[in-house]
Amino acid sequence: MKELGIYVHFPFCVKKCAYCDFLSGPAGAGTIRRYVQALQEEMALLAAQYGRLSVSSIFLGGGTPSILPVEWTAEVLEALRQFFQVQEDAEITIECNPGTVDKEKLKQYRQAGINRISYGLQSVHEQELQMLGRIHSMEQFVKCYQDARAAGFSNVNVDLMSALPGQTLTDWMDTLKQVTELQPPPEHISAYSLIIEPGTLFYEQYTGHEELLPDENTEREMYRWTARFLQEKGYRRYEISNYAKEGYESKHNNYYWTGVDYLGLGIGAASYLQGVRSKNTENLQFYIQNLELTGTTLADIRMEEHVLSEREQQEEYLFLGLRRMEGISTTAFAARFHVSYDTVYGQVTRRLLELGLLQQQGEWISLTDRGIDVSNVVLAEFLQEE
Amino acid sequence: MIDQSKIRNFCIIAHIDHGKSTLADRIIEKTGLLTSREMQEQILDNMDLERERGITIKAQAVRTVYQAQDGEEYIFNLIDTPGHVDFNYEVSRSLAACDGAVLVVDAAQGIEAQTLANVYLALDHDLDVFPVINKIDLPSADPERVVNEIEDVIGIEAQDAPRISAKNGINIEEVLEQIVTKIPAPTGDPDAPLQALIFDSVYDPYKGVIVFCRVREGRMSKGTTVKMMATGAVFEVVEVGYFGAGQFIPCEELSAGMVGYMTASIKNVRDTMVGDTITRMDHMAAEPLPGYKKVTPMVYCGLYPADGARYGDLREALEKLQLNDAALQYEPETSIALGFGFRCGFLGLLHLEIIQERLEREYNLDLVTTAPGVVYHIYKTDGTMIELTNPSNMPDPSEIEYMEEPYVSAEIMVTTEFIGAIMELCQERRGVYLGMEYMEESRAVLRYDLPLNEIIYDFFDALKSRSRGYASFDYEMKGYERSELVKLDILVNRDEVDALSFIVFAESAYERGRKMCEKLKEEIPRQLFDIPIQAAIGSKIIARETVKALRKDVLAKCYGGDITRKKKLLEKQKEGKKRMRMVGNVEIPQKAFMSVLKLDEK
Repeated sequence: MKELGIYVHFPFCVKKCAYCDFLSGPAGAGTIRRYVQALQEEMALLAAQYGRLSVSSIFLGGGTPSILPVEWTAEVLEALRQFFQVQEDAEITIECNPGTVDKEKLKQYRQAGINRISYGLQSVHEQELQMLGRIHSMEQFVKCYQDARAAGFSNVNVDLMSALPGQTLTDWMDTLKQVTELQPPPEHISAYSLIIEPGTLFYEQYTGHEELLPDENTEREMYRWTARFLQEKGYRRYEISNYAKEGYESKHNNYYWTGVDYLGLGIGAASYLQGVRSKNTENLQFYIQNLELTGTTLADIRMEEHVLSEREQQEEYLFLGLRRMEGISTTAFAARFHVSYDTVYGQVTRRLLELGLLQQQGEWISLTDRGIDVSNVVLAEFLQEE
Repeated sequence: MIDQSKIRNFCIIAHIDHGKSTLADRIIEKTGLLTSREMQEQILDNMDLERERGITIKAQAVRTVYQAQDGEEYIFNLIDTPGHVDFNYEVSRSLAACDGAVLVVDAAQGIEAQTLANVYLALDHDLDVFPVINKIDLPSADPERVVNEIEDVIGIEAQDAPRISAKNGINIEEVLEQIVTKIPAPTGDPDAPLQALIFDSVYDPYKGVIVFCRVREGRMSKGTTVKMMATGAVFEVVEVGYFGAGQFIPCEELSAGMVGYMTASIKNVRDTMVGDTITRMDHMAAEPLPGYKKVTPMVYCGLYPADGARYGDLREALEKLQLNDAALQYEPETSIALGFGFRCGFLGLLHLEIIQERLEREYNLDLVTTAPGVVYHIYKTDGTMIELTNPSNMPDPSEIEYMEEPYVSAEIMVTTEFIGAIMELCQERRGVYLGMEYMEESRAVLRYDLPLNEIIYDFFDALKSRSRGYASFDYEMKGYERSELVKLDILVNRDEVDALSFIVFAESAYERGRKMCEKLKEEIPRQLFDIPIQAAIGSKIIARETVKALRKDVLAKCYGGDITRKKKLLEKQKEGKKRMRMVGNVEIPQKAFMSVLKLDEK
């Protein structure tokens, strides 16, 4: 069956974290309610334009979608089923913050059809959690994690963050060890190196004070150790920062990197459908108010819409595909673009192979470990001249 | 027939920023050739570049008509002079075209180094100079002090100098009257053999070279066959005329005493060198007017197109610029690091910057410029001498008997509190102290001989910063002196980068080499491998730095919402690479080739 992912953005959270540059912030119940309504209007518009599309994955992300009353979450899922044809075996994920869910809520998620939980833990150390501006403790997380298992979730992801200010390799090892010692251990782990993004509290604090952050060597050591350690524990690194037990790679994530269509609902959400990339407005009030009016069109709530040229599609196929450890298949490339891989990228690929940044096995081309370290340099090479 | 007694040929001389151009504007305005509406802010400075820099580059002239208080109408030929030491020769030729000069002195700042230099230059050309005290509206203005200073220091009568504000149009009338009374009318016999001094020229695509000249003796008109006495070129005059404000107005004839222009379908500005004398074939002058000198470039550097494919465009652009600028020289050269380009000669660093900016702005070229250097004389053991303009061509030290480098004689005017600081600066730059004279209690003129090599870079900036802006500076070429010089090579990733080599005083070599490596370490971004940067004299490494390999450049996260933003990031990265030169397998940013200029920046 044809694959399509749906991402629904919930731009609400209890409190903004120090490193977070996502479109999110605290909001009152009234606003959240109107937003839930607006989401359903957007679904209706999409259905009107594209018909009842078949959907193979749903991701409720944010922000912290789990701060919504569970009835509203269920309502959103119901509406999705109404306007889209959600496949039987669809992967349905919700991002949860420890401290915002309990056993009851998790049970109801399960009943609403959610089959995957993604917990934002980041660290097992209280002091690190505080510095990050997280609202929960390790203890709360462990409780929520067990609750999810008790509620019947057999597919759980844990988000972790390395290269935190003041963090040592030992601190990070400790975080990973404790998380993999959970019973049963999580099926999926996302381990990100901290990126200091403009517009965050960390940006204010650490710009010009980079000495307070782990140096590059430490950071890379953490990264390499992560891959080694998690492999021993039965996880496979399938993307630069994502690790999964066999059979538990996130379908949804893979869609982004393999060029499968996806629809983004809610403010700031991006879609990639039939060769067109679009992005919704980032203005919450604008989004809600427009969708409360009759006669609003999809174009009204979008801030950009771009038809990707053949060249751009090839570029994206490469720079996203190479994020996956499996890499890209030259055969698949040829099938998709009706041009041989060698014609378009032969020269640059040979150069990067020679530099030891890429490796090739049969039809598959992928990043080497060194290639991952400097992947921006490598990926930029696949952008073609105008 | 023009009445010589009603002509005044003059120029305005001043230290930079003392208000020369503003006074010129007012004179043109008051003589009423143009309505106020037509007035541009600064009529004489009509190149964009000049306006931005606040200085005048190309000498120009304007003819206006003044109704004097004696009831007579006078023709004023105001000849503008470039205001920078790079263009000293052009200044001297412009002065030679005048009979008198208006000296503008700032009522607050008083006499500065360029004031003196320009006055002496004017007096050397037998010009009658009368002073004008400008900017009397400034709160710090002290016209009486400045009047006394002019009389004491320069020794010209200044009591009745007009006290004016050119900016606010105060007392301009007085200046106009003094131009009539104090500047002599031209002399010269219209029936004598033709002698006309070329003081400037511009290239016009339709008329060819337009030659600006001052007729000393004789006359010329359309059809006259003329000869340039220095270059020997012969032409038939197509048009003669004079200068309206910003336009050429043809007339019947140019005769003794007049300032104007002539055209003769001249294709090359090189045939009409500034300072040359025009005479006529049918009534030839026995001798040219004195003072002609072939201008030679003082500073050389390599200019390369950032995009090698635009070599042809660069050549064309240089050809076009040269049409207008006889002082600009260039010849093709090849650099291992930079590919095909040109070694270009300039009058000085300002001239270089102007050409560079014009190439980039008017011809839309992206350039890589190598560090400028001076012309060294190398006396070889085989008895021959070569003029070295490109460090890469330096012979093996075993073939060199000795070397010479150019020196300038500099006059630095400074308030007494900074004398120590400025002497220290001159010492650091290998200056030879010649003497010091107090102009008044608080100010002195320091005289030094300095290697040109030491002042073409940031000497002026250093001077300003060490004197809090109070020092002023003027110099002229002195000649060549023997010196201990070495060629410093830079190796990037163990390969010598020819475009980074420079000649340096032997004793400074270690320090310069060390600084150069440090600077390049800052300029060259980290790449996929360690890059050693070494400075070497011959085969001996004297300094070393390493650009550490890029350890990490990775986006931890990239999901649906990020793709557009992350792609832009990669595009920017790729764009940045385009502004780099591949040397071996190292990417070197274009501006790194100018690093040697910035070694003394604190």
